[in-house]
Amino acid sequence: MTEARNRWEAVIGLETHVQLKTNSKIFTNASTTFGDDPNTHIDPVVCGLPGTLPVMNQTVLEYAVKAAMALNLKIAKHSKFDRKQYFYPDLPKNYQISQYDEPIAEEGWIEVEVAEKGKTTYLKKIGIERLHMEEDAGKLVHAGSDRLAGSTHSLVDYNRAGVALAEIVSKPDIRTGREAAEYASEIRRIMRYLEVSDGNMQEGSLRCDVNISVRQGPNAPFGTKVEIKNMNSFSAIQKACEYEIKRQINAYETNQSIVQETRLWDESKQLTKSMRSKEGASDYRYFPDPDLGPIEISDEQRELWRSELPELPCQKRHRYSEDLGLSQYDARVLTDEKSMADYFDAVIAEGTDPKIAANWITGDIAAYVNSNHLNYEKIPLKPIQLSEMIELIQSGKISGKIAKEILPELLKKGGSATALVEKRGLGMISDPEEIEKIILGILHSNPNEVEAFKAGKKKLQGFFIGQLMKATNGKADPKLANKILNEKLSS
Amino acid sequence: MTISKLREKLKRREISARELVEEYIQRISEVDPSINAFLKVTSEKALLEADQIDKSVASGNPLPPLAGVPIAIKDNLCTKGVRTTCSSRMLENFVPPYESTVTERLWSAGAVLLGKTNLDEFAMGSSTETSAFGATSNPWNPSKVPGGSSGGSAAAVASGECLAALGSDTGGSIRQPASFCGVVGLKPTYGRVSRWGLVAFASSLDQVGPFANCVADSAELLNVIAGHDPRDSTSLNVPVPDYCAELLKPLKGLRVGLISQCFDQKGLATNVKNSVLKAASQLEVLGAELIDISCPRFNDGIATYYVIAPSEASSNLARYDGVKYGFRSEGAENLAEMMAASRAGGFGSEVKRRILIGTYALSAGYVDAYYKKAQQVRTLIRRDFDNAFTQVDILLTPTAPTTAFQAGAHSNDPLAMYLSDLLTIPANLAGLPAISLPCGFDEGGMPIGLQLISNVLEEKRLLQVAYQYEQAADVMKDRPKGEFIL
Repeated sequence: MTEARNRWEAVIGLETHVQLKTNSKIFTNASTTFGDDPNTHIDPVVCGLPGTLPVMNQTVLEYAVKAAMALNLKIAKHSKFDRKQYFYPDLPKNYQISQYDEPIAEEGWIEVEVAEKGKTTYLKKIGIERLHMEEDAGKLVHAGSDRLAGSTHSLVDYNRAGVALAEIVSKPDIRTGREAAEYASEIRRIMRYLEVSDGNMQEGSLRCDVNISVRQGPNAPFGTKVEIKNMNSFSAIQKACEYEIKRQINAYETNQSIVQETRLWDESKQLTKSMRSKEGASDYRYFPDPDLGPIEISDEQRELWRSELPELPCQKRHRYSEDLGLSQYDARVLTDEKSMADYFDAVIAEGTDPKIAANWITGDIAAYVNSNHLNYEKIPLKPIQLSEMIELIQSGKISGKIAKEILPELLKKGGSATALVEKRGLGMISDPEEIEKIILGILHSNPNEVEAFKAGKKKLQGFFIGQLMKATNGKADPKLANKILNEKLSS
Repeated sequence: MTISKLREKLKRREISARELVEEYIQRISEVDPSINAFLKVTSEKALLEADQIDKSVASGNPLPPLAGVPIAIKDNLCTKGVRTTCSSRMLENFVPPYESTVTERLWSAGAVLLGKTNLDEFAMGSSTETSAFGATSNPWNPSKVPGGSSGGSAAAVASGECLAALGSDTGGSIRQPASFCGVVGLKPTYGRVSRWGLVAFASSLDQVGPFANCVADSAELLNVIAGHDPRDSTSLNVPVPDYCAELLKPLKGLRVGLISQCFDQKGLATNVKNSVLKAASQLEVLGAELIDISCPRFNDGIATYYVIAPSEASSNLARYDGVKYGFRSEGAENLAEMMAASRAGGFGSEVKRRILIGTYALSAGYVDAYYKKAQQVRTLIRRDFDNAFTQVDILLTPTAPTTAFQAGAHSNDPLAMYLSDLLTIPANLAGLPAISLPCGFDEGGMPIGLQLISNVLEEKRLLQVAYQYEQAADVMKDRPKGEFIL
């Protein structure tokens, strides 16, 4: 199989639907709140009652344009809405207001870092075809079956209908399941940095469909494309792609054919299964929506929105590794969530050494935040206070060991590390006379070890330091202690 | 009776709003069994509202502009809590939970809803014969059609069943019935009046407008219904002038264009042509200059319209599927069957015909040849008008090629029916305001309509010219006897 795998190349493209987190829906004031009772966030426009008209929510336009800018897409000066027509009860008007031939943005790219255990991490630029705005559909609940077929009747919930979506279509630049997962997770990261979407895959505010085919080498024509849906996590995206690549290669290697179809990822069985054939391509009868005027964005408006963009994850990663000298791994971990990166930035803004700050944040602090499901914006230990704690170590006032001891309380309650150290009497003993006195006492009580040391058993240095730390509860300044100990032992 | 006379009478307490409403309800009960202009008469509601007006009069409060004016509303305009059917089985029991912007404005201005009027199903037709609830008859001669699709509103005003009415005009649905019924019908500039609450037929063409007995009443009604509405993205955000302000201004120096393509029509009835040319001479007498104008694409309007309007309709009417509201066919075995059977049972044949035409015109492989081509021709038609308005201030044509035809005459010949909108359609395609007003009668005593078209947002001038002509010609003075005409 490995041999066969090497003869084939996978060609993968992603269609990502991102729910934009505006308070109201794209064409009406109904709320976008998720998870409430069915049909509680609807109004005559959402239900497509006769005589109702859509009016564009301007915040949706702002979010879509910002998202497009972050994906390096070219923003169209002029675009429009079209009607995509098909009959299905989750679509109240039996058409979806979308954008067809004049999307709000086209031709962009993102760079992702593809890191996999045991393999070299590499950067990959993935092209983006377009981003367009559209309205989400409602949800059907089929009674008596999880599918339409076999159910006794169906119920429809229009709470989701009309929620604003940005659909982002990648170019077929992706070659492995891992790349697909990294691409999707970078899209999510960017949307969360922009604060235009929650990117919550479980709640469906980020949904990815994969288009995938295989071919014999980079110059061969594309193979038959299969669409995969129903992946609820990035690892599911990766596994679904990997499964599908194997399935397709295996089919071709055994002289079977691949049919153009939509397949569903079955998470419990870890495989894809056929949902419906796409042979008779749907005719959506697109035409410009006459109820909505053209979308025009002035240069001033566009540049204003551009100026409001935050530093994006890839920019942060570059800055952390290039300018701050962090490892690629640390840069990746720190930038995964904007709140963590913001926290880190606030700490180093206090003048704290970036590498040391990174160690603390990606280590003990991340462990605490993750295990308690907290948010960096809300933990009591403020960045300036972490900076203060690190400064205590740097200036030799406490040891790293002591810092680890006081950190849990600081994380829980916040406050000044200096004050806490003082309160608990944990300050480092850095008075040479005091240390000398204790060392002399230790040497005095361990004459045999002193003899052995002087005879050449230099390893015993550790024994003496250990005794010292024991006597001082770890508070002796280790550098100073080593220096004094050497002086005493060599005299 | 006119709106201004009514206002005076109310002020001077010569009549109460209740008495007035009672008179109209009485008239409706007398003549409507023969005319069938109303699908529903909202007597109780009307009397309650009239009492409110009377209270206001009694307390000496200043009266709003349309205080007590009894108005009929075409049944494709949503009225909160009052059934709105579009003359279709599909919406036979549909009660809107909201009010259309135009009617909301009327009620705020003191107007009183008398009832909802008949139309061709979903406003698709030119005779009010495709209504699922029976045809409307022409009050001048009940064997003739009132025109359509706003035939109920036109007939109600003509027969004195209401003082004024609202209709909607997609390809002539206000002007053609106004012409057939001898009343004044105005289609404003596209976007001048909100479409919120107007059940969509062809969204890029639909526009609401008033029916009235005289031009001044039309201006008063437009004053109330015009204006920007944030709920309609196609509504124009430009100030509303006082449309009554310049009615009395003389026409001296006005340049009137006669579109040669209209007068060369072979389907144009001689009596209609002569009557309209006589009206043109009358304008000349009033100081206007007559100029022959060529609009080479004018006659392509009908072919263009019958691609664009059905295309939009096929989409707008997709929502009627029996799932959420409206007619649902019983006994279907599955979802697709239920939707198909509901649409098959809920729509009449003219609506189905247009849905089919529109679906075809938008289909992959045909959309370029039909829908997109039609949009291109639409642009050319608009350019013809742009060009014409560099030479003239107003255009003059007949409203319809003929006077009202016999009921049933075109029922089996949709093309012949479509041709009756030949002269009104171009104004919709170009988004221009246009008015139809009576300019004479044919040998059989049926009214003939004159159409005036102005440039966008020039309703003020349109109404001024119409008013000056109306006052000078006074064609109603020597009107023949109509069966249900007062």
